[in-house]
Amino acid sequence: MPDAKESLTDAQLTELIDIVKKIHGFDFSDYTEASFRRRIARVMMIKKLEFYDLKHLLINDPGFFQEFLEEITVNVTEMFRDPAFYKSLHTQVIPYLSTYQHIKVWCAGCSTGEEAYSLAILLNEEKLLKRSFIYGTDINTEVLNYAKKGIYSLRKIKSYAENYLFTGLPGSLTDHFTMMYDAAAIHSELKQNTLFSVHNLISDTVFNEFQLISCRNVFIYFETELQHRILDLFYNSLCPLGYLCLGNKETIRSDIFRKKFKVINQKENIYQKIGS
Amino acid sequence: MALDDHIIHRWQSSRILLLGGSAGSFKLLYRIVKLLPAKCSKTVIIIIHRKKNFFSEIEKLFAENSRMCLREISDKEPIAINTIYVAPANYHTLVEKQGFFSLDVSEAVWFSKPSIDVTFESVAEIYKDQVTAILFSGANQDGASGLLKLRQSGALTIAQNPVEAEMTEMPQSAIDMHAAEYVLSTTDIFKLLETPPDT
Repeated sequence: MPDAKESLTDAQLTELIDIVKKIHGFDFSDYTEASFRRRIARVMMIKKLEFYDLKHLLINDPGFFQEFLEEITVNVTEMFRDPAFYKSLHTQVIPYLSTYQHIKVWCAGCSTGEEAYSLAILLNEEKLLKRSFIYGTDINTEVLNYAKKGIYSLRKIKSYAENYLFTGLPGSLTDHFTMMYDAAAIHSELKQNTLFSVHNLISDTVFNEFQLISCRNVFIYFETELQHRILDLFYNSLCPLGYLCLGNKETIRSDIFRKKFKVINQKENIYQKIGS
Repeated sequence: MALDDHIIHRWQSSRILLLGGSAGSFKLLYRIVKLLPAKCSKTVIIIIHRKKNFFSEIEKLFAENSRMCLREISDKEPIAINTIYVAPANYHTLVEKQGFFSLDVSEAVWFSKPSIDVTFESVAEIYKDQVTAILFSGANQDGASGLLKLRQSGALTIAQNPVEAEMTEMPQSAIDMHAAEYVLSTTDIFKLLETPPDT
């Protein structure tokens, strides 16, 4: 389990980022360095590759890049991660959202779909799901396929059910699933108003107008400047007074954006678009 | 083992104090937080294993009893001097060469998030020999290989004497891996940390 012993030199790291950018069109140059280095070391360890082999595969093996992308991006997620966040969403945001005729939600960096479905469950319990639509996006097609299925192992569901319990919501997580052997499938009514598709926060642009954008624990992988570019994208993708939810350690520090987003919940980093 | 001039000098010249612990380490960390002077001219980073969804008063308890400024780490938070930072639950804490923290939600290491190994290794890469790191009581071996990397990078590495540890496995693993340059009693650890900074 320990990480790889020798880390890449700065020059090697730059070279790798360059290859990926030029050949595959994915720009990792503004990723936070320490965790990106850890991910590269992890790929090299799992696949038993030296730097030269990794470079070779990235250049010459067209199928390898998808595998690389899956390992490089962090796809650890939970349903109802940070129960206090969902509690606050329920009490502070949902009452306002319910005044809209159509509620469009964007779950940016949705990975295997747990967070998008958590939002679907929350909206469903508030009888709002029928007039809502949830878009889940990620750069990684493999995790999106997983998200579309909405099937999770019982082991995971057990820990998600524990999270749900801490939210203080009235229902029970398992009410929304059908258990089959060692897996649980989310009810099809919860999947009806969801769409999972590819969107790259770094290179793609506005594709709809939303009442709520949730992008939690994605900014931690990005440098501050890139975070600002994406905050701009979110600002332009929100309706007036629309809500933005970031991870609870991802505070907006920039003065410019503090003027554009009002703090709704300081601890959970829930913001509302203001000004123009 | 008594404290010699060498260890005292290395402690005094360190910029970073890293403290890692798990089961049985809370009381010790609490005492350290209490005894560190307000202006110790160092950055203190504490990684203690903690459960998610478990409303914890660690920060509050520590902050009320600390003479230094104390905070739970946020993403991209600048690393300041004379401040104690506590790693948040359900994230790994990393350090960046530009002088700020970054967080990571990737897989648990040794079933732990925060993992002591992850932070120790990251600090080793950036701060090398400017670090004093101490590994305390704990029931698994998280932290041992991180401490080894710190030692290889020139840091001053210390394990709590397992004889005195409530849970021996964590400091013992570090000793078995030759990660700890010094094995100290808790009394000596406190004495060392009370030595005022170089002037």
